[in-house]
Amino acid sequence: MTPLLSVQGITKRYGAHIGCADVSFDLYPGEVMGIVGESGSGKSTLLNCMAGHLRPDAGSVVFDTRGHGPRDTVTMSEPERRMLGRTDWAFVHQHARDGLRMGVSAGGNVGERLMAVGARHYGDIRDKAVDWLERVEIDAGRVDDRPTTFSGGMQQRLQIARNLVTGPRLVFMDEPTGGLDVSVQARLLDLLRGLVRDMGLSAIIVTHDLAVVRLLADRLMVMKDGLVVENGLTDQVLDDPQHAYTQLLVSSVLQV
Amino acid sequence: MIDLSNVSKTFTLHNQGSAVIEVLSDVSLTVAPGECVALTGASGAGKSTLMRMIYGNYRAQSGVIRVGGVDLAQAEPREIIRLRREVLGYVSQFLRVVPRVPTLDVVAEPLRAVGVGSDEARTRAKELLAQLNIPERLWSLSPTTFSGGEQQRVNIARGFAHPYPAMLLDEPTASLDAANREVVLSLIEAAKARGAAIIGIFHDEAARARVCDREIDVSRFTPGLSSGSEAVERYNESAA
Repeated sequence: MTPLLSVQGITKRYGAHIGCADVSFDLYPGEVMGIVGESGSGKSTLLNCMAGHLRPDAGSVVFDTRGHGPRDTVTMSEPERRMLGRTDWAFVHQHARDGLRMGVSAGGNVGERLMAVGARHYGDIRDKAVDWLERVEIDAGRVDDRPTTFSGGMQQRLQIARNLVTGPRLVFMDEPTGGLDVSVQARLLDLLRGLVRDMGLSAIIVTHDLAVVRLLADRLMVMKDGLVVENGLTDQVLDDPQHAYTQLLVSSVLQV
Repeated sequence: MIDLSNVSKTFTLHNQGSAVIEVLSDVSLTVAPGECVALTGASGAGKSTLMRMIYGNYRAQSGVIRVGGVDLAQAEPREIIRLRREVLGYVSQFLRVVPRVPTLDVVAEPLRAVGVGSDEARTRAKELLAQLNIPERLWSLSPTTFSGGEQQRVNIARGFAHPYPAMLLDEPTASLDAANREVVLSLIEAAKARGAAIIGIFHDEAARARVCDREIDVSRFTPGLSSGSEAVERYNESAA
């Protein structure tokens, strides 16, 4: 089987400081991978390098494209990468306002991504937008309201709808449940799990919340100081951590 | 179906003076289809550790753990996930679920994961929940608020929803009343009859005598005194 995403030797430096160094892994279709580590461990740098938001100093990010098979997205042209970002890739930001257009209605936010890939029929776009609002549990009656009138949890669900409406195959998520209160988090996790299973999505989720990765991720990568210190099956890494840092991380979680 | 050879396990506690605790060494055992084998030994002998290693939850230091042709000591995460989805079931003592998901869906999920349609999976889930005496009015609620015994029965229903060719059962009859214990034992007997290879931990001796064909005393794989493994078990439980 061809990996959906094959990352080789990704390195990013900020001057003398290491963002992330020599990260390599393969992600297969349908797999959900978590990346955990404390603030400053390089997990967001890595995610942004993979998603094409940052240019790595070294390494390749090979994606199995629909039309042309495996292609290195680091060296592909900017328009090609942008097209990928609108079709097969999706990026869910921690802060919904970074991923939404706050001055446009909820329906418009979802419809915009459809129009970016060529949808033109207003009725179809609106129907699809309403359908997606319902799938992420936003009342269809809110389709014409702006996201500024939504709660934080609703904005995050709207961002997810906007991202998934074009049927991407790979979703990058940066702390998708960060900043939400616990009951809203649980609802969002349940929603994400269902969508990942039903759409056969692959996803890479950056978080510092070990409970989130336990529920969402099949496999886990632990980062410290820009380096991957451990990776493997999620429950194995969490229940039988091998590296000193992972043991510290796991044993530091407060019990509820 | 389940085949272990020369498996050993140590825990290295890097943040506690790098203490190295040997829990199991040189474990070899085989379980054939249709056979149920009990793991025995005093508390701390390493029964649960061994079971977790067979499930791929704990990493083996050396040896081969083969289930349905896959070596869990070497396999990639996606191979272990596929194995757990299709071949290897595990009924643990604790129910761990996404909050908010209705009991019926929790039980149907293993079937949905192997591609069974929603209606068919729910029908099977209803049968199991009814069989295990979970009142119908609870089916649409999340099991997170249920009593300990109810949670355990939901866990068992979930574990028996898909006919796994290999199963691991950790204290499946603990804290059940006589009627429910009987249901669980008959589920185990039915699984054996369809050819499942089963490894179980049973403190309930009568249950063990009834469903198990053999016993394996894990303490013979425990190097020296086994008192350390209990501490590790506690350490890991609290860490998880």
